[in-house]
Amino acid sequence: MSAVEHRFGPYGGQYVPETLMPALSELEAAWVQARADAAFSGELDKLLRDYVGRPSPLYRARRLSEAAGHTIYLKREDLNHTGAHKINNALGQALLARRMGKPRIIAETGAGQHGVATATACALLDLECVVYMGTEDMRRQKPNVERMGLLGARVEPVEAGARTLKEAVSAAIRDWVTNVESTHYIIGSCVGPAPYPAMVRDLQRVIGDEAREQMLAEAGRLPARVIACVGGGSNSIGMFIPFVDDPGVELVGVEAAGEGLETGRHGAPLTAAGVPGVLHGAFSAIMQDEDGQILEAHSISAGLDYPGSGPEHAWLRDSGRARYVAVGDDEALRAFAVTARLEGIIPALESAHALAWALSTGHGELDLICLSGRGDKDLAEALSRLDPR
Amino acid sequence: MNGGERIAEAFASARADGRRAALMPYLMGGFPDLEASREVGLAYADAGADLVELGVPFSDPLADGPVIHAAAVSALRGGARFDGVLGAARAIARRVPVVLMCYSNLIYVRGIDRFADALVAAGLSGVIVPDLPVDEAAEILEACDQRGLALVPLVAPTTPADRLARIGAQARGFLYTVSLTGTTGERAAVDGELPQVIARAAAVTDVPVAVGFGIGTPDQAAAAAAAGADGVIVGTRLVRAAAEAQDPAGAVRDLVRDFAAALR
Repeated sequence: MSAVEHRFGPYGGQYVPETLMPALSELEAAWVQARADAAFSGELDKLLRDYVGRPSPLYRARRLSEAAGHTIYLKREDLNHTGAHKINNALGQALLARRMGKPRIIAETGAGQHGVATATACALLDLECVVYMGTEDMRRQKPNVERMGLLGARVEPVEAGARTLKEAVSAAIRDWVTNVESTHYIIGSCVGPAPYPAMVRDLQRVIGDEAREQMLAEAGRLPARVIACVGGGSNSIGMFIPFVDDPGVELVGVEAAGEGLETGRHGAPLTAAGVPGVLHGAFSAIMQDEDGQILEAHSISAGLDYPGSGPEHAWLRDSGRARYVAVGDDEALRAFAVTARLEGIIPALESAHALAWALSTGHGELDLICLSGRGDKDLAEALSRLDPR
Repeated sequence: MNGGERIAEAFASARADGRRAALMPYLMGGFPDLEASREVGLAYADAGADLVELGVPFSDPLADGPVIHAAAVSALRGGARFDGVLGAARAIARRVPVVLMCYSNLIYVRGIDRFADALVAAGLSGVIVPDLPVDEAAEILEACDQRGLALVPLVAPTTPADRLARIGAQARGFLYTVSLTGTTGERAAVDGELPQVIARAAAVTDVPVAVGFGIGTPDQAAAAAAAGADGVIVGTRLVRAAAEAQDPAGAVRDLVRDFAAALR
């Protein structure tokens, strides 16, 4: 009997080549066993504390609150080792791979944060690491490409399509189909075939578990709104899940509106709410044309530049428990700059989408925002787009 | 005769002719363009194909290697769409049974019943969905069964015995046996385990066993037949020929003749 969800309402499933089905069963069984094993969770918890630096702080952003006209707390995932929430999942899955006896790790990366986190975990655990990355993302996230190399990972450039995250995921899945006996695929978000969406959520819920406790201790109450950016949706699902049963807490996922929802050049499948479909092994909210071809996403933020979304988000949307909105490139850039000036914090462009939405809405609210990563990686891209004044 | 029966007859008549296995060449619909792909399919029929596997281009083909992936991208850039590919299918299906190779999103976006009706209307005999494992296939299988379309499942070398039995029991048309652990594409040699892979597949099903992935030369086709395959599927080699040749139909006609000769 497995306790890992395959479906979230109608969403999820396992739409993959038959070659991978035994590997998914093996992974699910290993995960069910590992998470019930005190030795496994003990090792992960110790690493999260001593190596990653958890718990990450909750910070009351005073000047940002003044600018917004309401109180804003930031959950500082940017202060984790490697600079983003991605390490929570990468470390957990790398430990699981070692336990399964898989000596080789593959991963995909968009912004490079998941690639760096995976390369880091593999260095720590002495696992071979190959990271697939679109060449457009390699260009705009160059420092992370260099970091991965230094950490001993091999970065495989992906030239297909728009040369961004979607193609990197496809290339990683093809590698996995070929090398499945020796290899574990550390997928970076709550997407893909079961058991990945549930497993990644469980590894990321530490964000929300900590934040909920910290809010009660610091503010003496729960937030009115919990806000997080959504690409595939891993920081947001980890943030949301511990608040799902708190009826007074509104959950808001912020997608990338890119150049504008009406232009079609965005990364907002949940907000745009078109016909759902199958991408990368799961049935979920996706961006596709009328023929069923997957569309390219567009966002200034490489981590949100993805035409799919985690199946549990699609279900949280349909069930009405969470709502999804979209913020464009320009608004995100403004929030990026404003947060740097007002708080001395350079946020990742991904997280800047969540900040932008909170800054522009909801006077009198008490917001808890997941600052999912730091923005050092985005400096070149952002500075070239920001007004030089 | 419905689609499933037409497939059964194609395998049976190859056997009755004293051939070692049925030959099923693959083509990418809309590649190099729609008209040329129709000509390629007809050339397959001229050159001795018993059945034809027709791929529908999809933007994100997870089971395909670089050659077929590139052909799909090229077909889509050239404007190929599902309805156009079915138009090419209709012409080819007048000559030989045609089995569509179609990723699952292209089915769900149309709705299962509408999709299945379109296949019947185009004269197709069956459909292979490379990202639809048996665990997710119930609704599509029912729609195909109602219309006499064969939903052809795949098994892989990694498929364990209990899954193999489940897949074999619900196979329609033939059992698509993947010869190797990997994506589509040419390889230097057929896998040494192929006789066991085929024997395992044949033991769990009443339908013919066809082998595909990695069969790129007439010798390899003959080796697959010798290993016990009832049918041999040749894809990437022919797609590559169609990509490289000035006259795609002429180039594949010669190649398919060579493959057919190797199976005599």
